[in-house]
Amino acid sequence: MPTDSSFLDVDVWRSGAESFQNFQVPARDSQTVLDVVTWIQQHADPTLSYRFACRVGMCGSCAMMVNGKPRWTCRTHVKKVAKRGRIEIAPLRNLQVIKDLATDMSDFFDKWVAAEGVFHPTKTREDEIEAIRPDTPERISADAAVECINCGVCYAACDVVAANPAYLGPAALNRAWSLVNDLRDGALAERLEAVSHDGGCHNCHSHQSCAAYCPNSLNPTASIAGLKRETVKAAFRRGR
Amino acid sequence: MIWPHRSQPLWYAFVLHRVSGVALALFLPVHFYVLSFALRQPERLDGFLRWTDLGIVKAAEFGLVFLLGVHMFGGLRLMALEWLPWSPRQKTFAASAAAAAFLISVTFFLNAA
Repeated sequence: MPTDSSFLDVDVWRSGAESFQNFQVPARDSQTVLDVVTWIQQHADPTLSYRFACRVGMCGSCAMMVNGKPRWTCRTHVKKVAKRGRIEIAPLRNLQVIKDLATDMSDFFDKWVAAEGVFHPTKTREDEIEAIRPDTPERISADAAVECINCGVCYAACDVVAANPAYLGPAALNRAWSLVNDLRDGALAERLEAVSHDGGCHNCHSHQSCAAYCPNSLNPTASIAGLKRETVKAAFRRGR
Repeated sequence: MIWPHRSQPLWYAFVLHRVSGVALALFLPVHFYVLSFALRQPERLDGFLRWTDLGIVKAAEFGLVFLLGVHMFGGLRLMALEWLPWSPRQKTFAASAAAAAFLISVTFFLNAA
């Protein structure tokens, strides 16, 4: 392999061959991992499959494993992750691979629904708009969890998801926590029930890998700890 | 296996808690078995206690006290994480648990030496 510093030594997972394929990619001063994948697809192998949309860290489409760590590739600079000019790029962990670097996110989003991640309104469009104070503890907790872009990085980082495919995962539980704290939502009891089942919040081992890798610096473990407390309180309330 | 995505401090805190828990679970039956000598075979207990005066056994006891301390303080951190309002200082708490366990085990070792 050439060791010329004007080229990057890039290994990319190919699902057909079930192995990594090496590409030599021109190095640039300012270059993201997504730029590297795009260069390969446009200049070296047009059959390479991957997913992206916005390229600016908003849509959550382009997450991949980069040198073994889950990252949003459009906001990950090569200089931050390349080791002596080498990068290994693979599809997100814990998800089925559709082809090459593109994963099937169906399980990930099905679990959002299973965790009652859907908003249940308590008012109609004819009602007055409910005033939400930004300084209540509930709103502060909801705000801390609400900026998720659904990229799947936390899901790929989670060892509990890897060990227990039924586990709802950090993103779905984080979403449930944001709705538990939403004063406008009317399905608290159903949601706490949904996240208490096998595969629910009590499976979390608090490794905090989700928080370590979340590109938006959210902390799903904190949300899951909140769900654990609320579900136990709800169980005691039912027992009375 | 320490895969790259696991190279973060709180994952190591998890491993330390799990390994110390398993080690203590293996140690405790032996500990209680030896304690039972006090009731049934006191002379055998005396012989065992003389064996524990060996330097290498003292060093092993230092390790046991460290495991006990790190499992206790790490367990308190986890209970606080799950039952008290969230604190973002989890890495500091995990490091403090390891430091406190080291302090206790070194104090034990210096007294035993």
